[in-house]
Amino acid sequence: MKALRILRRSIRDSFKSIFRNFSLSMASILCTTITLILVAISLFLSYNVRQITKTLEHELTIVVYLSPETTEKQKIEIENDLKTMENVSEYKIKSKEEWKAEMKKENETLDTTLEYLTENPLLDSIIVTVDEVRNLHETTEKLKKYDFVESAEYGEGMVENILGVFDTISIGTMSIVIALVLVTAFLISNTIKLTILSRKTQIEIKRLVGASNIAIKLPFIFEGFILGIFGSIIPVLLSIYGYTILFNETGGYVFTRIITLVNPFPFVFQVSIILVIIGSIVGMIGSWLSVRKHLKI
Amino acid sequence: MKLIKVEHAYKIYKNGTTAVADLSVSIDKGEFVFVIGSTGSGKSTFIKMLYREEKPTNGSVIVGGIDVAKLRNSKVYKLRRKLGVVFQDYKLLPKLTVYENVAFALETLGLPNNEIRPKVLKAIDAVGLKEKTRNLPNQLSGGEQQRVAIARAIVNEPKLLICDEPTGNLDPETSKEIMAILDKINQESETTIIMATHDKELVNKMKKRVLVIEDGVLVSDTKKGSYKVHESIKNPKKKYS
Ligand SMILES: Nc1ncnc2c1ncn2[C@@H]1O[C@H](COP(=O)(O)OP(=O)(O)OP(=O)(O)O)[C@@H](O)[C@H]1O
Ligand SMILES: [Mg+2]
Repeated sequence: MKALRILRRSIRDSFKSIFRNFSLSMASILCTTITLILVAISLFLSYNVRQITKTLEHELTIVVYLSPETTEKQKIEIENDLKTMENVSEYKIKSKEEWKAEMKKENETLDTTLEYLTENPLLDSIIVTVDEVRNLHETTEKLKKYDFVESAEYGEGMVENILGVFDTISIGTMSIVIALVLVTAFLISNTIKLTILSRKTQIEIKRLVGASNIAIKLPFIFEGFILGIFGSIIPVLLSIYGYTILFNETGGYVFTRIITLVNPFPFVFQVSIILVIIGSIVGMIGSWLSVRKHLKI
Repeated sequence: MKLIKVEHAYKIYKNGTTAVADLSVSIDKGEFVFVIGSTGSGKSTFIKMLYREEKPTNGSVIVGGIDVAKLRNSKVYKLRRKLGVVFQDYKLLPKLTVYENVAFALETLGLPNNEIRPKVLKAIDAVGLKEKTRNLPNQLSGGEQQRVAIARAIVNEPKLLICDEPTGNLDPETSKEIMAILDKINQESETTIIMATHDKELVNKMKKRVLVIEDGVLVSDTKKGSYKVHESIKNPKKKYS
């Protein structure tokens, strides 16, 4: 009961103080808001990138063309190797007849051209799906080493470029976010410092009448906490409405039907919770730094 | 029963100043004790050791059973809850009313509001400020402000009231009123009062126990004493026991 009353009075004091130092509090809140908006953007980006990478993993395949001289023994050899090869999740044999049938279906001109040829000019092939898109290149190189492999191909260049862009995006947003989090913590600690200085007499009296150290520190910690929570309101609303609208406007697809966005529900709520947690923790860390430095009791 | 027991206490400040040297004294429950001495003699330092604003460099200071010298910073509040302190400059919160200033002490200790109210009103009544509970400090005279400070110091009914020159900023007439209030608190609730002062007239009139400190040394300790510092220096260490 007593602890609860001290808690309640601390919270009341924190609110009073926030409104008393209004402009400074607003600066802290604004900084937290900007930081959290960027955190939100980076969260949306990285989750979607993860989802897209996963999609790519299923869509991207290596096509291994076998030379016409390949013997049945060699085919069994490579199949056995593929069963144990690292990074290979599955493979499928696609014979030249299958290729021919597919091509005929897709293109009428090709259809007639292929009809004139008595010999099938296409190659037997194996279609390989990988576990890890990032190692697509290595696996392809490994497959090229077989004598009877005519060629092994994947969407070379494109994959590397996309992954490279994704990496740059996540590293870039991450470093901006970390820098902003630090700036925010510093700004909040500065706000709390001024609160502490402006309440010197109050702290002195509290000490004098026998308030415990925790009871003295609590209002300041709460103040940072509340600043952080206030700072997360706009980012949370933006995340929930912004992302949902984006998802609905695009129909959930980016560029092609292959790349889909993460479904907004419950995703936006998870992001919101993360934002509130980050905001409040940054606020408390900021005030804790200040309390430790300026409230030596 | 001894409320305060100081034995061979020393206070040497970080800059090397010896403010209190080899001071030994004991004070009973319910006593009224003046601490006098010229400026810079160490009165405030002695008093600060009693409520652990300063830690004794050496020796022991025991207040209400708590060994102040061994008290950790995080436990100081336990000592503070047993005593009240009044200063020359009142130390009121300017934005709070008389009532709120007095209630502030109990609020920070986490008392429920329905217990706070009667205690605050009782303390305000004891210092005769019943009519001004809603005033802000800047709407009060110096004497009235000091009375608020006294009310705040006694609101938790401490066993010990420590006053460092409580009348230092007040005119002689107002000082007398403050002394009357302190005397009444001392008599009625058996609160032990220790008061540092420069006021010769007050000390002479009250006829209470007087400790004289010169250059950090307790040079005289007399029952029903008076403000005669100079003789006691010539004729030192007339120990009271
Ligand atoms: N925090 C401090 N650091 C260093 N020296 C101090 C400190 N406080 C007091 N002193 C020194 O200790 C000595 C005693 O000071 P103290 O304040 O106890 O005297 P006092 O008797 O209360 O004086 P006054 O009557 O003027 O209030 C003085 O020489 C003073 O300069
Ligand atoms: Mg002094």
